[in-house]
Amino acid sequence: MVSGVTLRGFGWRHAGRKRWAVQGVDLRVERGERVLLLGPSGAGKSTLLAALAGLLPEDSGEQSGTVEIDGLDPRKARERVGIVFQDPESQLVMARCGDDVAFGLENRGVPSDEIWPRVDEALRRVGFPYHRDRPTAALSGGEQQRLALAGALALRPGLLLLDEPTANLDPAGAALVRSAIAGALDADTTLILVEHRVAEALPLVDRVVVLEAGGGVRADGTPEAVFDAYGDALAAEGVWVPGRTVPPRRAATTAGAALLTADRLGLRPRLAATDLTVRAGEALAVLGPNGAGKSTLALLLGGLLKPGTGTVTASTELAGRDASAPPHRWRAPALATRIGSVFQDPEHQFVTGTVFDELALGPRRTGRTEAEVDSTVDDLLDRLRLTALARANPYTLSGGEARRLSVATALATAPRLLICDEPTFGQDRRTWLELVDLFADLRDAGHGVVAVTHDAEFVAALADRQVTLTRPAPPGDGPAAQAGESS
Amino acid sequence: MISLEPVAAPGAPLARRNPVAKLLAALLFSFVLVATLDPVAPAIAIAVELAVLPLFGVRYRVLARRAWPLLVSAVGIVVTLVLFAAERSGQLLVEAGPVVVTSGVLLTALGLVLRMFAVALPGVIVFATTDPTDLADALVQNAKAPARFAIGALAAFRLVPLLGQEWQAISMARRARGVDAGRNPVAKLRLFVSTAFALLVGAIRRGTRLAVAMDARGFDAGIARTVARRQRFTAVDALLVAGAVAVAAAALTTSIVLGTFRPLIG
Repeated sequence: MVSGVTLRGFGWRHAGRKRWAVQGVDLRVERGERVLLLGPSGAGKSTLLAALAGLLPEDSGEQSGTVEIDGLDPRKARERVGIVFQDPESQLVMARCGDDVAFGLENRGVPSDEIWPRVDEALRRVGFPYHRDRPTAALSGGEQQRLALAGALALRPGLLLLDEPTANLDPAGAALVRSAIAGALDADTTLILVEHRVAEALPLVDRVVVLEAGGGVRADGTPEAVFDAYGDALAAEGVWVPGRTVPPRRAATTAGAALLTADRLGLRPRLAATDLTVRAGEALAVLGPNGAGKSTLALLLGGLLKPGTGTVTASTELAGRDASAPPHRWRAPALATRIGSVFQDPEHQFVTGTVFDELALGPRRTGRTEAEVDSTVDDLLDRLRLTALARANPYTLSGGEARRLSVATALATAPRLLICDEPTFGQDRRTWLELVDLFADLRDAGHGVVAVTHDAEFVAALADRQVTLTRPAPPGDGPAAQAGESS
Repeated sequence: MISLEPVAAPGAPLARRNPVAKLLAALLFSFVLVATLDPVAPAIAIAVELAVLPLFGVRYRVLARRAWPLLVSAVGIVVTLVLFAAERSGQLLVEAGPVVVTSGVLLTALGLVLRMFAVALPGVIVFATTDPTDLADALVQNAKAPARFAIGALAAFRLVPLLGQEWQAISMARRARGVDAGRNPVAKLRLFVSTAFALLVGAIRRGTRLAVAMDARGFDAGIARTVARRQRFTAVDALLVAGAVAVAAAALTTSIVLGTFRPLIG
């Protein structure tokens, strides 16, 4: 049965928080409508979806207004709603694909003899290519999200909620999930989708709703109407409004001295032997399909992994007298002042309990005075719009804030070379533009920037040179693949 | 690395038995053998365990790989007893400075080693031949374990292999931030503790997300759960349990008849 949604002055404040996560939302979604829910980072989109899915227990916060699904409290209408979250790794429950889809059906008490036909039907609907005995651990991120979608669809929800289902995926995986969503939707499903990448999401929806940062609904209507009236304002706030290109930031000067040189650098079975040079005053993009070893290369260049084959050599320009030793042998404080690494998952990078301490950690470790530490931290907080969050716990930040903090922590020790792994994954347009500007400024100030990325627009906007990796050949399968280089 | 994934040929006659039956048989078998300190009963038990191994579809080589921690402990027991045994009765075999090896010491060590193998092997065999999903299913369906516990533990178990990757990621992130211990053992310990704490925090966060996802799919929502994979406890399964008890009792009886029986208590 297809479901409708009614919100009247709805708001939610998580227990122990001062600020309302979402506030003053009046919205009616008719049965069978497909809605793209937009809004700046922190407008409460995810909280709204959690409320609709009945996942906000009454004792976990304070509610204002009402929220109803087919006239019922969502907590009592759980069987009408399916939800897919962002992170594939933490929403699969079982070890085998078929069992995972069956999990929800078992919980809902579907008779045993109906379970497997419904599992097969759900897997077919999302175009799942494997047998149901396939281990979930053997799936790529895109395939795992397809499976999560099948798990939600098997319960035949009247309302399907998708909370940035492609944010953690590379472009190929994201396309896989979007085609699965497009193929799976039928007239019996109302859809509410949260997604930053509007152009890719538009074929899936017929209505756009924009939440206001301070509460309430700013805009509501067909995609054309909303983007005609609010396109510029939305783009400025970080929404990826279609048809707005970004002017590239090319290097002001030619590349300078070499900072790092990789010679036949490899680590079996993750990375085939690769030659490349990283220069000062240059932004280098490392491209290649999943499994080509891009992240491994970033760790090797960052002095965080020991090379399996070949060498990484630092120039005296980068390391002075330490240049005779490879970066992975340097002491950590010396490394942090020369090469900064930004990890794909910002949360992996956080070590302390507040944003301020997080930024102060590197400078303190490298022996600066408290006054120097304070001025460095204040400057970074200001540059990356984090001043208001100085006392916040890094783990409570939104995706965009966490990314900005992770870049800022790497910059705090003023390294000459910055290495970033997928810095723009899942970022809204505003953070994205800030990152492009920040990296371009660093480069123009004579720093080297290496970005491992799938983001073609980011490469077009920033990169002076690209290296494309190929998947390493299986062990004992002829000579190792060679990296291709182009400018 | 100690692996817990099943390694058996799935079609083997005893590997196919109900996981709860296998677990119960292993527990009862071990429990009976714990009652004695002599080497004869465990020796018989080990002989039986090794003899039925092909019926579980486990190759001897695979078992040896799985059981290597036991081999290490066995060496440890022998060395400890040879060096520190209080009672050095029996015939003198080797004397090298303070090391005095007598037949009595060796016999005691042999008894302990055999006992450890006899008690531990059934568990190793059960986990080598049982899929964790099947075990959780059988615990819920045949042993009436609460699904909240069995399926919840199963879901958590699936996240365990990720911990190794997380540890590496956290360690590298710390190094990138300028945090390392160098050669200072105190700093090393502090870094270890703080890395472990970060791992724990990350595991809790991941677990919480998983719990929300399970909640969203109606887990433990008060509706009577149905089962997609039926586990049956048949007469053959009961026979397996009875057989395990009978063999263990026979081993114990033999030991008593031969006069080697030394009760654990008394």
